[in-house]
Amino acid sequence: MLTIADKTFASRLFVGTGKFSSSDIMRQALEASECEMVTVALRRVELDDPGDDIMQAIGGGRFFFLPNTAGARDAMEAVRLARLARAAGGGNWLKLEVTPDPRTLLPDPVETLKAAEELVRDGFVVLPYINADPVLALRLQEAGAAAVMPLGAPIGTNRGLLTRPLLEIIIEQLEVPVVVDAGIGTPSQAAAAMEMGADAVLVNTAIAVAGDPVAMAAAFGQAVIAGRRAYKAGLGAISCRAAASSPQTGLEFLR
Amino acid sequence: MKIIVNGEERLLEAEVVVADYVQSLDLDPETVVVEIDGRIITRHDYQSTLLLDGAEVELIRFIGGG
Repeated sequence: MLTIADKTFASRLFVGTGKFSSSDIMRQALEASECEMVTVALRRVELDDPGDDIMQAIGGGRFFFLPNTAGARDAMEAVRLARLARAAGGGNWLKLEVTPDPRTLLPDPVETLKAAEELVRDGFVVLPYINADPVLALRLQEAGAAAVMPLGAPIGTNRGLLTRPLLEIIIEQLEVPVVVDAGIGTPSQAAAAMEMGADAVLVNTAIAVAGDPVAMAAAFGQAVIAGRRAYKAGLGAISCRAAASSPQTGLEFLR
Repeated sequence: MKIIVNGEERLLEAEVVVADYVQSLDLDPETVVVEIDGRIITRHDYQSTLLLDGAEVELIRFIGGG
């Protein structure tokens, strides 16, 4: 079981709810993934075309909602979004996200740390989205973050674990859970993150834009379980020299 | 009277409480968060908070996101 703050989760796959072609496909994909934690964003209601209410599609207690502060460009905007999310009934858990540059959507470390400090003081359970920076991850843990969410690659790129060596350091150093977020494009990459010892992964784009999002969600669910099992089982050592799997003795009859 | 809702001017015939206004837009007050003049209105105040002339209102809710 995964424990973050005072909650435990059977599933180590978090799924983002953006970019799905319909609420119905999204709901089916979430169910197929067997995830418990789902991220959501906050936006103005479009008055002339309100569209589907996501809470009607997937509310009702089946999933644990993790509101994000996507769209915030600095600490002040992130804190405002956080308070709105809490007032909207999103609880006090938060994926803190501060991305000043829409081109790269890379997180601003200074503003993220500033916002995390303020939100922890304000009673939020803060899970900050960060670049794979081991020093920042430690600083956020000290500041009271309940988990950290380092990226594998920029959001929505499906490029996988480009930051692998740094993720390894973060996983080794941190006591709070490490959730690899952003950039995971395939189930094998999700499994690889889990094999490294990540506590969970968050996937959105790779599921939502798949040819069959429901089947892809199930594949990610299985990959995360397999990766975690492999990590727990203890991976064999990597070596440059060959080590025979078949015995090298008892071959006298050949020569 | 006139209020600003999500940046757009809207005309109201009379003062109305937040809960009724939200419902008049076919929105569920249970899933919409309301800010008036930069101040968050908590849900149990929706019935007692009036939208006054000139109020700047933001109606915000959860949507899909990663």
